Order: sequence, then C-alpha cells, then structure tokens
Amino acid sequence: MRTGDAGSDFVEAAEVTKRRSRLDRNPLYADIVIYVILVLLGLITLLPMVNVLAKSLSESGAISANPLMLIPSSFTLDAYQYIFETPVLMRSFGVTVFATVVGTGLNLLLTTTAAYGLSKTSIPGYRLLMWIVILPMLIGAGLIPTYLLLKSLGLINSIWVLVFMGLVSPFNLILMRNFFWSIPNELEESARIDGASDLKILWHVVLPLSKPVIATIGLFYGVGHWNDFFTGLFFINDNSKWPLQVVLRSIIIDQSMLGMGGQGAAPTVDLQRLVVSADNIRAATIIFATIPILLAYPFLQRYFVKGIILGAVKG
Amino acid sequence: MGLLEENRRRQRQRFVEPQAAVVGGKRSLGAEIWRHRWIYVLILPTIAYFIVFAYLPLVGLQIAFKDFQVFRGMWESPWVGFEHFQTVFSSEKFPQLIRNTVVISLYRLVFGFPVPVLFALLLNEVRHLMFKRGVQTVTYFPHFLSWVIFAGIVINILGPSGIVNTLIMGAGGDRVNFLTNPDTFQAVVVGTGILKEFGWAAIIYLAALSSIDPQLYEAARVDGARKLRQIWHVTLPGLRPVMAVLLVLSLGTILDAGFDQIFQLQNGAVLEVGDIIDTYVYRIGLLEAQYEVATAVGLFKGIVGLVLIVTANYILRRLGQRSIW
Repeated sequence: MRTGDAGSDFVEAAEVTKRRSRLDRNPLYADIVIYVILVLLGLITLLPMVNVLAKSLSESGAISANPLMLIPSSFTLDAYQYIFETPVLMRSFGVTVFATVVGTGLNLLLTTTAAYGLSKTSIPGYRLLMWIVILPMLIGAGLIPTYLLLKSLGLINSIWVLVFMGLVSPFNLILMRNFFWSIPNELEESARIDGASDLKILWHVVLPLSKPVIATIGLFYGVGHWNDFFTGLFFINDNSKWPLQVVLRSIIIDQSMLGMGGQGAAPTVDLQRLVVSADNIRAATIIFATIPILLAYPFLQRYFVKGIILGAVKG
Repeated sequence: MGLLEENRRRQRQRFVEPQAAVVGGKRSLGAEIWRHRWIYVLILPTIAYFIVFAYLPLVGLQIAFKDFQVFRGMWESPWVGFEHFQTVFSSEKFPQLIRNTVVISLYRLVFGFPVPVLFALLLNEVRHLMFKRGVQTVTYFPHFLSWVIFAGIVINILGPSGIVNTLIMGAGGDRVNFLTNPDTFQAVVVGTGILKEFGWAAIIYLAALSSIDPQLYEAARVDGARKLRQIWHVTLPGLRPVMAVLLVLSLGTILDAGFDQIFQLQNGAVLEVGDIIDTYVYRIGLLEAQYEVATAVGLFKGIVGLVLIVTANYILRRLGQRSIW
C-alpha cells in the first residue's frame, strides 16, 4: 500500500496532495478541542472586563445581589457622575493628559531625529554615539541615585518629571533606525543631488515614508505615559500633581485592601465619600481609565504587529 | 540580516567612497564632521538626555559607600567602605528578598513560558481568519492596561467578594482570600501575569510561525507525518531560535520580578513571600529615607543583572543566535 501511494504521488502529484491534505487535516475532534480551548481563553480574558463594565453601570444594591452579572441590572450612571464630580480624579486626569500629549510629542521628536542621525553609520564617532544610547539598557543607577539627581534638578514634585522620565527609549530608537535603513537610498540620493540638506531630506523624504513606524512608536510611548504609575509614585508627593494611575491606585486598590486587612504602601487619597462608596465606584473608575486605551486600540492594532515584527526580525 | 548588511554597505558607499573619489584622498576628520554637522545636531539632544538622565545618576552610586549626610551633600559625606553592603548581606531580610524575587521569576518562567507558545500553536491551526483575529484582539488587550487597572480586575475576580469567592460560596465552600494569604499569593502573581501577557507574548511566535517554509510541511506530509509529527519536526524547530532568545533573555532578567505588578498586588499580610528587591528598595529608600542601604541593594541588583545579561548575550552568541548587541 505504501509503495502504491508513493507511486501515485509521482503520477498524479497534485491530485493526491489535495486528497491527502484533506485527509491529513486535523480530524474533527482535534479541531473542536482547539476551538474550545481558544474560546475559553478568549472568555477568560474578556468576561472579567465585561463583569466590571456591568458593575460600573449598576446600582450598588444590584451588585451585591448578583456579583457575577454580565449585563448591568438596574442601570444607572451614578458612579460615572460621581467620578466627574471628584476633583482629585479630574485633576489627575488633566495631569496625565498633559504628560501623555507633551511627553509623546517630545518622545517622538527626539527619537526620530536621533534615529535618523544614527542611521548614518559612516559619520565619525558613530560607534561611540551608539554605545551612549545602548548602555543605559544594561546599566541603571537605580531608584535612589535617580531620585537624588531629580531633586538637584528641581524635578521632584514637578509634573515635568512625568514628561522627562524615559524621554528616549533605546529600544524604540533602534527599531526606528532599522526602519530608516530599509528606505531605499536612491530616494535620499536624488534629493541630495537636487541640493536638499540633511534636515530637508529628513522632513520631506524620510518622514512621509515613515508614518507607520512613527504611529507604532508614538502609540507605545503614549500608552506608556498613560499607564505610567511609578514615576508619579516615586517622584511626586504633592497629591494635586499626581498622575491618574497613582490616584487610581488609592481608589481601586487601597480601598479594597482596607477591607482585606492589608495595607498598601502607596499614599492614600483622602476621599471620605470614596471610603463609604460601593463596588461600582471602583468598577466605574476602572472603566473610566480604560476608555482612552479602548479608543486607541483600533489604531494600535493596525500597527503594532508590524512594529513588533519589525523590531524582532531586524533588531 | 542580509538586508541589514546590504544597507550598511550602501551607507558606506554613499558617504565615504564617492567623496573620497572626488577629493582624491582622505578628508580630514574636522572636514568630515563639518560635512555631517546637521546629522550631529539631530543626534545631540538625545545624547544630552542620556548623559543627564542615565549617566549622571551613576555618580550618585557613591553614596552606597558613604555615610550620606544631606546637609554636607553627596561629595562631602565621609566614606565608609562596604559597611552598608555588610549590613544588607547580613540582614535577615536579604535572603528572603532574593528568594522571593528569584522564586517568582522562576515560577513565571516555568509556567509562563510555554503558554504563549502553545497558544500560538493552537491559533496557527485555525483556518477562520475572523475567528483568529477575534481571539487575538481579545487576548492581547490586557497588555495595554496598566497594572493598577488590571490589579483592580484581579481583585474583582479573586477578592473577598469577588467572582471566584461568589462561586465558592455558591457551591457551599468557605471564603478564600487569595490576595492576603501567603500560601496563594505567589500563585496569584504568576497566574495573573500570564493572563495579562500571554496574548501579547504570542505575537512574536506567530510571526515566527508564519515565516516557516510551507514546503517543509509538504515534505513532512509526503514522508507520512501526521499533524502532531509535523508540529514536532517542523513547527517546533522553526520556533526554536525565537524560544532560545526569549528564554535566555528572561534568565538574564531573573532579578526583575516586576515592581509594577507586585507593588499593586502586595499588602502587609504577604510581605514574607511577596516582597521583592524592587519593592524593598522603594520602601526603605523613599519611604524610610535610608538612602545608603537602598542604594547598596539597588547597586547589588544592578551588578548581578548586568552580569546575567552579558552572560545571556554571550550564550546567545555561542548558540549561534543573533545576540542583542
């Protein structure tokens, strides 16, 4: 039988491959197992978030009656109204929006210019400059020396510290430099012949071709600023300048930990009304802080796979 | 890789050779720098940033060897040698910190490493593009949430009045507080870490899977290999380079158990099993202002981390993989 099969392979290769591959495909039960596992994994990720969303839209009484809800019962927007009337939260929201917008802008400006400059490997001192950029990935002074430096720069308790920490990520810089390498040299060449300077070439030739990578890296930086927790925790003591994540911590986690007999180490926001408020404040706060990510997600998704692969394959 | 080399060659050609031909000799270094002055202007702000924010703090490491007196300043404070290190190494707390850090990292490696690989393998078998994309969209979403938010979701699942406890109570069981119980805390850390990141981590494996030559499967099929054999002999060897790199890299960062996650989930009840080097440095350094000891601990972690990373890179090179630098 084996020889017969092998023979027909040579005679009617295409025909046989087709039949074989159909036979050889996963048997039905294997397919079912695979799909079931994947659906379960999807649900494990999705359902907890749906549950939080449902809780955020329900009255507190309804939550304790049915904590497993996936659709809101006795719908109300009270929790969200409460959030918008809480000055501490709104102020921290403003701080984070500032850090995200200004920070990401500066991130992109510095990363792009340096990456373009460092894509010219033949300039004198190239290796030295590259090492200056790469070494911080390997050696760090640690928390306290950084704290002391920021203190002497007057950046402790300044919202600018949220902008300056991680202003350039060596990883992103290398990713972008590799992208610049992949742009055909002929384009730059012809611009140079037309008399364009390096700056003009960057602005008029390279940047327009780099939109996908700029979008990817910009979104990485942006999400980084939005989610940045420890810069605020470490370097800002003044709670009127706290970024969103630090305030969120005191609402979402410290309040829950209080009920659990533990204590968080983070400074707690003095929110009398929050202490007495129900689960749905916490749920609504979680959703509130997730919405911007959710809005950016479609854009993120469009680019980040490409971005990751770019970094992985060529980095 | 080939592309990269090609580009480097072209860069050289463009920048050096044509000019040299025109001038008929080597340009002076000054002239060469002047010719590229705008390139340097573009790089300069970033270099300045790294010098101030990455290299200047290194100067502050000296306080690990000094009796730091705020009023006299860093430079005027007297040297004390390795006194702070002795204090740290001989403290009861230190072995516990190292153990917690390493144990959490290793658990994460043992249990967390295979999950994205298996997930990518399963996803790779799916023919329905819509389904595949849907599952991916859902599973890598948590990667973009902050640990504060995700810890909130974790509390909502595992907290005293959370989903799991509601189910346990419903089944007639006793309430378990997973987050304040030292027996369950490390499992919670590792489990929630996997839950948050497995979808994202699978991207790189999916990319590697899509670059496996389909002819290899064809050949395996002709040789009579069924699905599982194909996975064993074609797919896994195809993933091996990526897996090797990620595995070695994560061994290099074993002292990084993840401040962000641990800090959010940590509480007084579980410090014994949940306190890691980074949370300890924050607590004694910034909250208790024991700058010298915290700097010494941080420096210890930094040096060990550097050695591990350099070793990891060396191993990658020896394995014939592309190293990090």
